[in-house]
Amino acid sequence: MMPRDRCFKALAAARGDAIVVSRYSAAFEWGAIAPHALNYFAIGAMGQCSSFALGLALALPQHKIIVLDGDGSLLMNLGSLVTIAAAEPKNLVHFVCENGNYEVNGGHPIPGQGRVSFAEIARGAGYPEVFEFDDLAAFAENVPALLSLAGPVFATLKLAKAGELEVAFSERGDADMCRRFKEALVPLIRGRDGR
Amino acid sequence: MAQELLGPRGSELIAALKAARVEFVAALPDIWTSVGFLWPLSRDPAFRLIRLCKEDEGVSICSALAFCDRRAILSMQYTGFLDSVNSIRGTAVNYNQPVCMLVGLLAKEPDKAPKDSQRYDVRITQGILDAMGIDHLCIEGSEDVARLAPAIDRAYELSRPLVAMIGRTVRA
Repeated sequence: MMPRDRCFKALAAARGDAIVVSRYSAAFEWGAIAPHALNYFAIGAMGQCSSFALGLALALPQHKIIVLDGDGSLLMNLGSLVTIAAAEPKNLVHFVCENGNYEVNGGHPIPGQGRVSFAEIARGAGYPEVFEFDDLAAFAENVPALLSLAGPVFATLKLAKAGELEVAFSERGDADMCRRFKEALVPLIRGRDGR
Repeated sequence: MAQELLGPRGSELIAALKAARVEFVAALPDIWTSVGFLWPLSRDPAFRLIRLCKEDEGVSICSALAFCDRRAILSMQYTGFLDSVNSIRGTAVNYNQPVCMLVGLLAKEPDKAPKDSQRYDVRITQGILDAMGIDHLCIEGSEDVARLAPAIDRAYELSRPLVAMIGRTVRA
């Protein structure tokens, strides 16, 4: 198991200018570890961050899109794995942060905790590149190469359960966050459209 | 003998989407619109069709495309709309996103407005749209199709979700 904050620090070091869509409650630390105008915190409809990331990947095919999904979140939208694999976005990297529980909702276990293999499900759904990491050094060593692969890429991050979390949904999941994110996309849209 | 009330033609709907500069269509097949609309659209190179496993995926996909100045439409049956209400609330309504949806009202009576349907599930669809404050129109026949492109334009200009209910079977 990897400590989530250190795992995210390794990812942040390799992120470059990628857009990162994070399921807020599955990736609490991301905003503090890797503050960036191209962070989008998915709050509001659990399970939807992978589909949102697919939309970004289709709209901006020249730009890398990273999604930090949660295990409980992905279980709510397993079909998105099939949809994403079928759509074949070369620029999408899909991480699932697997800690085996609904951390923000009392720590109850996810169904199939310790038995379900998200990597096997992703492979069966048709992702061409599938990985699983439970060792921090191996993840840090391999994440730059992983991010450079033609996608869609899937990787399970086996994470230790975090300690007490300070939940502050309103800080990020609001219309202002959407406005800021949209403003940050403008240069990418202009580049895509040759303006 | 009563006059047969005919639905719109799929070609008319497709032309309206093109007029509204829609490039992406996220869809699950709906028997109401399948033959006349979705099959021809699937062969039209003007559109990128994203086949979904579940309709709520399409809400998020269309929202993300809108963030990037790409117009899209989500095509589904009213059952998919009902199943996607939480995603529409959390993604489209709360965040003022121009998620535009075509919703087939399977088995709605051709001579009745959705709110007057004897079918509970059709009737509540319009009621839910009203309760959620979502702009909507109903396309019953060819004469209604002209309202679609301006409604989509308006949704994007105002950044508001839109539902166009399809009230009769779409003709080929």
